[in-house]
Amino acid sequence: MESFWGILSEAFTLVLSWDPDLVEIVGLSLRVTLTAVGIACLIGLPLGAVVGAFRFPGRGAVALMLNALMGLPPVVVGLMVYLMLSASGPLGVLGLLYTPTAMIIAQTILVTPIIAALTKQVVEDLYAEYADQFASLGVGLADRVGALLWDARYSLLTVALAGFGRAVAEVGAVMIVGGNINHVTRVMTTTIALETSKGNLQLALALGVVLLTLAVLVNGAVMALRASAVRSAYA
Amino acid sequence: MYRRAFTGAAAAVALSVGLAGPLAADDDRFITVQSTTSTQNSGLFDHILPIFQDATGIEVRVVAVGTGQAIRNAGNGDGDVLFVHSTPAEEAFVAEGNGVSRADVMYNDFVIVGPPSDPADVAGMEDVTAALTKIAAAEAPFASRGDDSGTHKAEMRLWAAAGVDAAAASGEWYRETGSGMGATLNTGTGMGAYVMTDRATWIAFGNKGDYGIVVEGDPRLFNQYGIILVSPDAHPHIKADLGQQFVDWILSADGQAAIAAYEVDGQQLFFPNAGG
Repeated sequence: MESFWGILSEAFTLVLSWDPDLVEIVGLSLRVTLTAVGIACLIGLPLGAVVGAFRFPGRGAVALMLNALMGLPPVVVGLMVYLMLSASGPLGVLGLLYTPTAMIIAQTILVTPIIAALTKQVVEDLYAEYADQFASLGVGLADRVGALLWDARYSLLTVALAGFGRAVAEVGAVMIVGGNINHVTRVMTTTIALETSKGNLQLALALGVVLLTLAVLVNGAVMALRASAVRSAYA
Repeated sequence: MYRRAFTGAAAAVALSVGLAGPLAADDDRFITVQSTTSTQNSGLFDHILPIFQDATGIEVRVVAVGTGQAIRNAGNGDGDVLFVHSTPAEEAFVAEGNGVSRADVMYNDFVIVGPPSDPADVAGMEDVTAALTKIAAAEAPFASRGDDSGTHKAEMRLWAAAGVDAAAASGEWYRETGSGMGATLNTGTGMGAYVMTDRATWIAFGNKGDYGIVVEGDPRLFNQYGIILVSPDAHPHIKADLGQQFVDWILSADGQAAIAAYEVDGQQLFFPNAGG
């Protein structure tokens, strides 16, 4: 069995060699996942805020659905998107199957419930403090959502990171809708799966270390951003 | 303030979608080939596809899954060419009108690999059904793909020929991994089980441990690969012209020579036999 240090040094060598294939794969991973998380935030943040801050019929059911959908298995999402985008599916004419766009769609579906459900929780707690003030000032619906999201923005960064973590780590959905096509739809996780199936366990683990490092860098960047924003807000 | 932040976020997303967009559109000189894990994992495609692309300018995008899934994907019209290894299933695909016609491309063979302890005492046997019968009698662990792939279908035919109902022992000594060849080899070598694999995947496999080939050489272990152009009548959007160029090239002297030239550790993995 490969030694721990062997794997670490292989990961290190991989990064240092700046192998163009690896750079391409890392770049596509980031592009697909960040785009999906971005879209999921555009949908999930307002959705979560509305569910968190307003009482309407069926609210409990919507909240329950959002929580339940957080547990969507990626492979099921992949299958659903495959059936939609397949040439014999309803959206087949778009020709999106086996493209990065298909992978973005699948990850967006996967991440949106997570963003929405966590946003709902954050906003709900905040709303308890703000409700009287909103009522006395007669603040309208859209402004309430906006104010709540804005004031919760630092907590919502963590929400976005939770979505990023889910998307960047999943392999089941992108494998099915992307097809793991070399130079077209191959990302970090599908490469790790492929190298594992070739029996190249050391290379697969080294790629895993690279992926982990990537996640640390993204999280670190967001936390640094948050820290400096908090400092300037209270300066 | 927050309105500006949302506009900014929306702009950022629009920008990154824009970045992803060109990748999707790229250009139309590509075809999608539904193929199997053995051709991909063995490195064959990495060897022959650049040669084809240099000759024709056509990019080939390979989706490597089990033969069963490849056939279903192609049957949905999600591929221009089908390149797999289960002749009866391929002939059915053409008979159902999904494919234009089927042609032999190349062959290799299946082998059974096992641990050095050889609990069923089959090492060196050539008669594959006799070996399977001994494995079943010894109730020695056997890891099966169990995924409706070409290798799995071939394995099921051999169990039937041996007169053993292996599926009845599923979960006991017969273990269906339900995954690809490489994953099944990883699992099988981990649990000390015998595994039937195509020789190409085995030679290129990087996690052999102390395993070796125990059964080989039976003519019934012959593994034929075939190629089919997906029918433009059944699936009007497929790129029949580019797909036909790929099929023609694979079956041509150039394509066959490229297949024959591919070696791992000095061993030829696939033997071209088009037109034979």
